[in-house]
Amino acid sequence: MDYVIELKDLTKRFGNITAVDKLSIKVPSGKIFGLLGPNGSGKSTTIRMICGIIKPTSGHGTVMGFDIVKESEKIKKSIGYMSQKFSLYEDLTVKENMDFYSSIYGLDKKERTERERIIIDMMELHDRENQIVSTLSGGWKQRLSLGCALLHNPKFIILDEPTSGVDPVSRRLFWNTIKKLTSEGLSVLVTTHYMEEAQESDFVAFMFNGHLLTFGTPSEIIKENNSNNLEDVFIKYVNEHGGMDKL
Amino acid sequence: MSISRLFAIIKKEFTQIKRDKPSLVISIVMPLAMLFLFGYAVSTEVDHIPMAVFDQSKTQESRDFINAYRNSLYFNPDYYVDNIDELNNLLDTGIVKAGLIIPPDFSQYKNKMTNVLLKIDGSDPTTARTALSSGIMVSQHFSNKNTEEELSKKGMHIPNIGIDLSTKVEYNPDLNTLTFTIPGLLGLVMQNITIILTAFALVREKEKGTMEQLIVTPIKSVELMIGKLIPYILIGYTDFLMVLALSIYWFCVPVNGSIFLLLLLGFDFIICALAIGMLISTAAKTQTQAMQGAFMVLLPTIILSGFIFPREQMPSVIRAISDVIPLTYFLDILRGIIIKGVNANLLLNQIIVMTSMGFALLLIAVLRFRKRLD
Repeated sequence: MDYVIELKDLTKRFGNITAVDKLSIKVPSGKIFGLLGPNGSGKSTTIRMICGIIKPTSGHGTVMGFDIVKESEKIKKSIGYMSQKFSLYEDLTVKENMDFYSSIYGLDKKERTERERIIIDMMELHDRENQIVSTLSGGWKQRLSLGCALLHNPKFIILDEPTSGVDPVSRRLFWNTIKKLTSEGLSVLVTTHYMEEAQESDFVAFMFNGHLLTFGTPSEIIKENNSNNLEDVFIKYVNEHGGMDKL
Repeated sequence: MSISRLFAIIKKEFTQIKRDKPSLVISIVMPLAMLFLFGYAVSTEVDHIPMAVFDQSKTQESRDFINAYRNSLYFNPDYYVDNIDELNNLLDTGIVKAGLIIPPDFSQYKNKMTNVLLKIDGSDPTTARTALSSGIMVSQHFSNKNTEEELSKKGMHIPNIGIDLSTKVEYNPDLNTLTFTIPGLLGLVMQNITIILTAFALVREKEKGTMEQLIVTPIKSVELMIGKLIPYILIGYTDFLMVLALSIYWFCVPVNGSIFLLLLLGFDFIICALAIGMLISTAAKTQTQAMQGAFMVLLPTIILSGFIFPREQMPSVIRAISDVIPLTYFLDILRGIIIKGVNANLLLNQIIVMTSMGFALLLIAVLRFRKRLD
């Protein structure tokens, strides 16, 4: 089987705090992988190591076959990333943001024109190309973020709490787009606090205090824990491992 | 390093500057405002000091004496008063800076020693000092001329012996304040614009969160840094050329030395300013903090660099501080080339110190900047 993420004993310490502790996981390609866990559980640190932004203290890992320490430049070229906080240029237009990011990813003029057209079609950003981004509403900004993350046609995309603060309709549209892209072969890593969203994933993992508690398909995990849904499983895990007071 | 990525950053940066009002104001309006404000307001020349006159003599002699004051051009004896209270009142309210009190028996001065009183408002020492020295000079001159006349009436002459001092003022023979102020202003404008804009631009990505997206792209920190700095080098240098053109053609302060050397060293100084701006940006989290940091750096440089106050008069501790300000050396260079027209050999010390400072600052700034990105 082809794995998009393979981590072995991945550990990250900041001083005496262990943010991620011996994380080992194998995620198959072409699937939606939901990384769940409360704030401070080590999700963001894990993502940052996967993206090659920070180096692990020990352990190793590969993303799309590239070593996360030695080949971080290759990883950066081949993944798309969308952060929870809107982080495109508010003072530029939709088109200018797209132009900027396609140049940063090294697309030539022909590729750029073609990819931008595809993304604009996909995100239905017609008529908004010359609008200054700060005047867009939350849902449109989110579409633009996803669009810019997909400009260079990555095979793997990381979405860090992509739907926080977005209305339910936009959220549904967003997930439909993601699912459609997955069916075309895109691998997706998504973190979220919405358990009904996590249920849409092919695989989910729970992290708590830097540890990986479980990994599997949502239905397997629900069954194992004799629960009705992921939300109950989530709460159960948090209580078992130190309770709400640790949050 | 990828040239197309570099261009993408430069293009983006210029688009942002174009849309950001404060950046536009700082890069276009501020240099002009500073040039004209300092060009016209900073003047240490004092003349036409408003003066009150209490003439108790009211004779031809007293009128001649008052006229001697007017003709010196240092005084405007336009306020005639009838009593001492009125004169004091004018001094108190600041309407006049000096008051001349002529006694009733003034016309007797040709026969006996006559006492005249010149009252001066000492609250502004610069004006007071001029009033004092020129007041004494006018009176002495008037008195000497009288002595000469009285002697010649008696068939006598003052013997033609003693010292006759000839003076020749070099470089700025008219003692024009603008000739001194404007070259310094060139350096100050370039420093301020470059430091403020650079600090702003680098902090902006951090404050707005756009850095978070950039670090997951294949962009290299050196590309980001150079791409973001080039626009501010261009703006800082364009401002330098603009102010230089205005000082030559509007303020009529010609460049006596090599303009090529001036342009070259101007570039050298921009590196210093850029590095200082970068350093501020590595310490600041928001644009507001960057602004505060910039002013904390800019204010002392204006006061200590010798832009307004001569460094020779500073106490040694303060002077030592002014020694580590790059602008201090650039002002020497600017004044040397523009006013004195000297060549690079005579400015070698300043050039070496300024260049070394620039590279040292840039090295520290680059290291700190990269560390923050990683």
